Amino acid sequence: MTQPAMTSSAESLPLAGGLQGVVADLSSDQRAFKNVPWGKAMMWIFLLSDTFIFSCFLISYMWVRISTTEPWPNPSEVFALTLWGHKIPLILIAIMTFVLISSSGTMAMAVKFGYEKNKKMTFVLLLITAALGATFVGMQAFEWTKLIVEEGVRPWSNPMGAPQFGATFFMITGFHGTHVSIGVIFLIIVAIKVLRGDLDHERPGFMTGRKGSYEIVEIMGLYWHFVDLVWVFIFAFFYLW
Amino acid sequence: MAHAQGQQHPIGVYLKIWGLLFILSTASYLVDYFHFQGYLRWSLIILFMFLKAGLIVAVFMHMIWERLALMYAILVPPLLLIVLLGIGAFEGNYTFLTRGTFFGTGSEVPVKHR
Repeated sequence: MTQPAMTSSAESLPLAGGLQGVVADLSSDQRAFKNVPWGKAMMWIFLLSDTFIFSCFLISYMWVRISTTEPWPNPSEVFALTLWGHKIPLILIAIMTFVLISSSGTMAMAVKFGYEKNKKMTFVLLLITAALGATFVGMQAFEWTKLIVEEGVRPWSNPMGAPQFGATFFMITGFHGTHVSIGVIFLIIVAIKVLRGDLDHERPGFMTGRKGSYEIVEIMGLYWHFVDLVWVFIFAFFYLW
Repeated sequence: MAHAQGQQHPIGVYLKIWGLLFILSTASYLVDYFHFQGYLRWSLIILFMFLKAGLIVAVFMHMIWERLALMYAILVPPLLLIVLLGIGAFEGNYTFLTRGTFFGTGSEVPVKHR
């Protein structure tokens, strides 16, 4: 059997840009999202659906806050801490914000070092990201404990005013905290894969036959940045409003 | 634009954005610290929020380096939420007025009719 001559024209045609590029990409009878591994496109679509979930929570929160006839507790005072003899408003939440933003910064750098195949730096940065994420969850646990034990806030009642405060607070921050916790677990898994060299040697993962590659660090990064993104909105609408 | 080997950008880009996010977070915290109220407070909060969200999506999540088809597929659908937001605000205000009428202190409706 003679082998047919291989005349590869794959990826040699230049891709159109701008709006023409959008039409060309979507009507190409091939995969629509060029230059993007499918895992990354799927993560983006998952994040889009997650955007709708969190938006539903935040819009419901807006709805109950508008419609309640009882006074809404002032978050600035509820989340104040007394440090060195001074009562500083909202300080715990500010620190949590900085911790999460820092973890996003280290995650972005982990992705960069991953694509450079710098195993050690990627591993260290992923581990720092996970540690900052765990710190965030720890501070959230502290915040919840303070609110439940000292202030007596429950999902169905609230001694400071509107019972809807408790309901939306536990729902929204609980769902976000769950996302962070899951993220920390996955960060540790990805970090171990990087350290073992699974990605350098293209070993398939635990539940997939797909070859390992440093793309998974970027996909993990998308999820992690999204968690930070959601916190930006929660911080603005729940804590500052 | 490096695409074939994945998203590769100089580390300075990430550090600058990191710094900007710190500044913006501090700014939004100061809005609360200095007790700005009313429209000034709300507009500042929303301004800083959208700037932070934009920086995270554009640079940390590499959206400005993606092709327009992906950008549109991800960023356009959430605009639908404006409709839900509008319905929520409209309905919330209506419920508030109704509660004021029926459960308020100046209630005209007798208790037994509730």
